[in-house]
Amino acid sequence: MKVDLTVNGRQITADVEDRMLLVHLLRDVADLTATNIGCDTTSCGACTVLLDGESVKSCTVLAAQASGHEVTTVEGLASNGTMHPVQQAFHEEHGLQCGFCTPGMVMAIVSLLRENPHPTEEQVRTGLEGNLCRCTGYHNIVRAALAAAEVSS
Amino acid sequence: MIPSSFTYKRAGSAEEACDLAAEYGEDAKFLAGGHSLLPLMKLRLAAPGVIIDLGGLRDLSYVTDQGSYIAIGALTRHHDVQHSDLLAREVPLLAHAAGQVGDPQVRHRGTIGGSVAHADPASDLPAVLLALDATLVARGADSTREIPIGEFFQSLFETALEPGELLTEIRVPKPAGAGWSFQKFTQRAIDWAIVGVAAQGGRVALVSMGGTPLRAAAVEAALAGGASPAEAAEHAAEGTSAASDIRASREYREHLARVLVSRALTESAARA
Repeated sequence: MKVDLTVNGRQITADVEDRMLLVHLLRDVADLTATNIGCDTTSCGACTVLLDGESVKSCTVLAAQASGHEVTTVEGLASNGTMHPVQQAFHEEHGLQCGFCTPGMVMAIVSLLRENPHPTEEQVRTGLEGNLCRCTGYHNIVRAALAAAEVSS
Repeated sequence: MIPSSFTYKRAGSAEEACDLAAEYGEDAKFLAGGHSLLPLMKLRLAAPGVIIDLGGLRDLSYVTDQGSYIAIGALTRHHDVQHSDLLAREVPLLAHAAGQVGDPQVRHRGTIGGSVAHADPASDLPAVLLALDATLVARGADSTREIPIGEFFQSLFETALEPGELLTEIRVPKPAGAGWSFQKFTQRAIDWAIVGVAAQGGRVALVSMGGTPLRAAAVEAALAGGASPAEAAEHAAEGTSAASDIRASREYREHLARVLVSRALTESAARA
């Protein structure tokens, strides 16, 4: 079937299998490989992207469901070579260890801060309940989210 | 993991969805947010030949005040139920419980109608809607009917919906100030409840204590007879048929049910 969607501001038109998952469209068709496939069972959040501005797990969305909609991956956050405040905060607060969960964490936090620009630490922690860090590096990830909120305010 | 092959159809209206369902019959499944069905399809526990995507039916996403009840469109996402000011004011149990479903990403996609129609006894909202004594509205090819939620859940993943019938609306009577509580016991935040309890006034419903979400009838009878929350909670496992699985034994679930019902009734009484 034909899918037609906007990814990071770029129009993507492709003929794909009806059963193709959004994460495979992003990685294999759009060639955007920052979005990782972790658990593949809607648990870990590594594949989190924005769909019409809200965080979703792209392993549990069909490419067909995203057709006609707007997707943002972590590759689409920086503008003119300047990192997004959440990316910058991950850099400054050392919000990553192995880095596997990072693209999903960053996108989940971008979505969280859009809904709640000034979260408490508790709200950040519950807001990230859908994202797992296999290094257990949560503390600096939460600090990065709070720092990004501070910078954006 | 990818699902086995199927044909994807996107419905542009509820009428078209019912027409497509009539055309493809038992081989077709409705897809709302997809957060119950797609995981089952990836595990090959479900393999429908045709998927009818309801995601475009924006007119079935709403929360409105109908006087004695609140009407909720079946395609209303958990996120929108959670953040509905109207529900927070009139039916706080439902708004609160919707915020406990899955995680933010799941709540951005999953819908209240999808959760109810999927009829997983481990899901939160079916039990919550039992405690709220909701009425469901279903649209068939020729007619629309109302189904009391007490008659809706028939067995594991089986509901009173006829083939081709589409759940379109959930009607929740206003509980008029009675106390409420929602208790959910999980290992990780994102897990399904090992056991869950929804209480609204004198009605108590259980998550993961049998093949369907169910009312804790013995607890309700004890409460009606004047028992204290602690006394009534001792009856929480009566009439249940909890499974033993990788996360918990039946005995542990029965123990949890008594503990969580006690907590729920205590919290509910404090809010009344």
